[in-house]
Amino acid sequence: MEDIKIRTERLNLYYGKNHALKNVTVRIRRQAVTALIGPSGCGKSTFLKTLNRMNDLSGNVRIAGEVYLDGKNIYGPGVDVSKLRQKVGMVFQEPNPFPMSIYDNVAYGPRVHGMKDRTALDRIVEDSLKGAAIWDEVKERLNKSALGLSGGQKQRLCIARAMAVGPEVLLMDEPTSALDPVSTAKVEELMKELRKKNYTVVVVTHNMQQAARVSDDTVFFLMGEAVEAGSTYNLFSGPKDKRTADYIQGRFG
Amino acid sequence: MVRKLVECFILGMIYGAAFVCVMLLIGILAYVFARGIPFVNWSFITTVTSILHGTTGIAGNLVNTIYVVVLTLIVAVPVGVGAAVWLSEYAGGGWWVKLIVFTTQTLAGMPSVIFGLFGMVFFGVTLGLGYSVLTGSLTLTLMILPLITRNTQEALKAVPDSYRMGAAGMGATKWYMIRTVLLPAAMPGIVTGVILAVGRIVGESAALFLTAGSGYMLPGSWRGFLHKAMESGGTLTVQMYLSMSKAQYGVAFGIGSVLLGLVLVMNLCIRLIAVKGSVHSKPHPQ
Repeated sequence: MEDIKIRTERLNLYYGKNHALKNVTVRIRRQAVTALIGPSGCGKSTFLKTLNRMNDLSGNVRIAGEVYLDGKNIYGPGVDVSKLRQKVGMVFQEPNPFPMSIYDNVAYGPRVHGMKDRTALDRIVEDSLKGAAIWDEVKERLNKSALGLSGGQKQRLCIARAMAVGPEVLLMDEPTSALDPVSTAKVEELMKELRKKNYTVVVVTHNMQQAARVSDDTVFFLMGEAVEAGSTYNLFSGPKDKRTADYIQGRFG
Repeated sequence: MVRKLVECFILGMIYGAAFVCVMLLIGILAYVFARGIPFVNWSFITTVTSILHGTTGIAGNLVNTIYVVVLTLIVAVPVGVGAAVWLSEYAGGGWWVKLIVFTTQTLAGMPSVIFGLFGMVFFGVTLGLGYSVLTGSLTLTLMILPLITRNTQEALKAVPDSYRMGAAGMGATKWYMIRTVLLPAAMPGIVTGVILAVGRIVGESAALFLTAGSGYMLPGSWRGFLHKAMESGGTLTVQMYLSMSKAQYGVAFGIGSVLLGLVLVMNLCIRLIAVKGSVHSKPHPQ
């Protein structure tokens, strides 16, 4: 019996008349890195955002179907979205630190959830920055603006910021596509570390090499459908669906 | 060769235009100060005009001006910023929102004397506030609301969506996000709006003449200072207009000099308050 963290059942999503996700039924294993791959516009980012209800923010979105986190439907009645997002954190494509100090960026999430105690905050900030492998680079300048960091540092700061609220799942939406190769390598390294620290990571990537390098499982999306899912090794070495084979062999996308 | 000449000519024109702008500013300032400064002395600023004591002074008008500015901002800034937050973060993009935006824009371009007329009749007569500092401030509030709302709205629009996403992604509620991320990030734009508003208040004559009147006496005590809100009070600009209409050009230029100094000081104060209050520059105590 596999240990499933997130499970979607016949998930459909519409942007107005545009049917963006079609009957997506996917299982995401606990404490594994799952990569979502597929060509631009295939719905992989949209799918990612349904997992912590970030789609709620854009108007004109209609969702049918279920998303179960630890067996509980997050689109069910009485779900506290704020609590949900505390459990399921998100890192975005463009590093988006707030225009405040490095410390305040990391402390932002805990403060959202009501934490005021200085010592506890100090500890969380340090742990999160260490967890995101950026502590040594910023420990001397915690009070400086986060906007002065390099692109790669900003992204690792954003990962630290997401980790600071103690999530169980981290969603990453093409987290390295705006970064240089060296920073990309650091963030990829970090993803592998996160799995060892018992996080469940779901990462959207358009880079198949990256999916192969960092993920345990892979889901291939095409035109809003989850075409094929499986262990990354099996999916890349012996795809069952012809469309998956065509995509990973570079015939399109 | 011809192209080069044209290039030189155009460059000359651009430099000339810039030069004219700068010289105009310097020229006007120099002229006002040259004519006005000889009248500005300690008693000019600290006493009121009195035939009995034989003094010519603008202390009352100075106090009135600051009074009107502060009172107007106290009402207009929260309402204006609040309206802008609602318009840009809560209202969505319906036709009524566009209508409100269009209306505020039109309001911003309305001649001030119309506000004065409305304020005099509505606040002064209907609400019975008479010619008073309060009537004047409420009238000016209507006048500068669009200015503050527009500027705040533009500033909020310029805040990247990624900040909103980032805050929401950590479970922040909408209001928490607005308070901790959006408003601090929009602060420079809001401050610009407030400074423009102060400029309009200080420079206003017609609307205030009709609503706040032209009283130039100083309140007798600190208690009197509170009562002053319900009494007639002419600002420096109103007094300047009155002095000019009585051909007291020296006094008018003196007031002009004081006004320029006052605007400068006020703008510096507002910037200082804004910098102190913004999260961005606040160092985190270790």
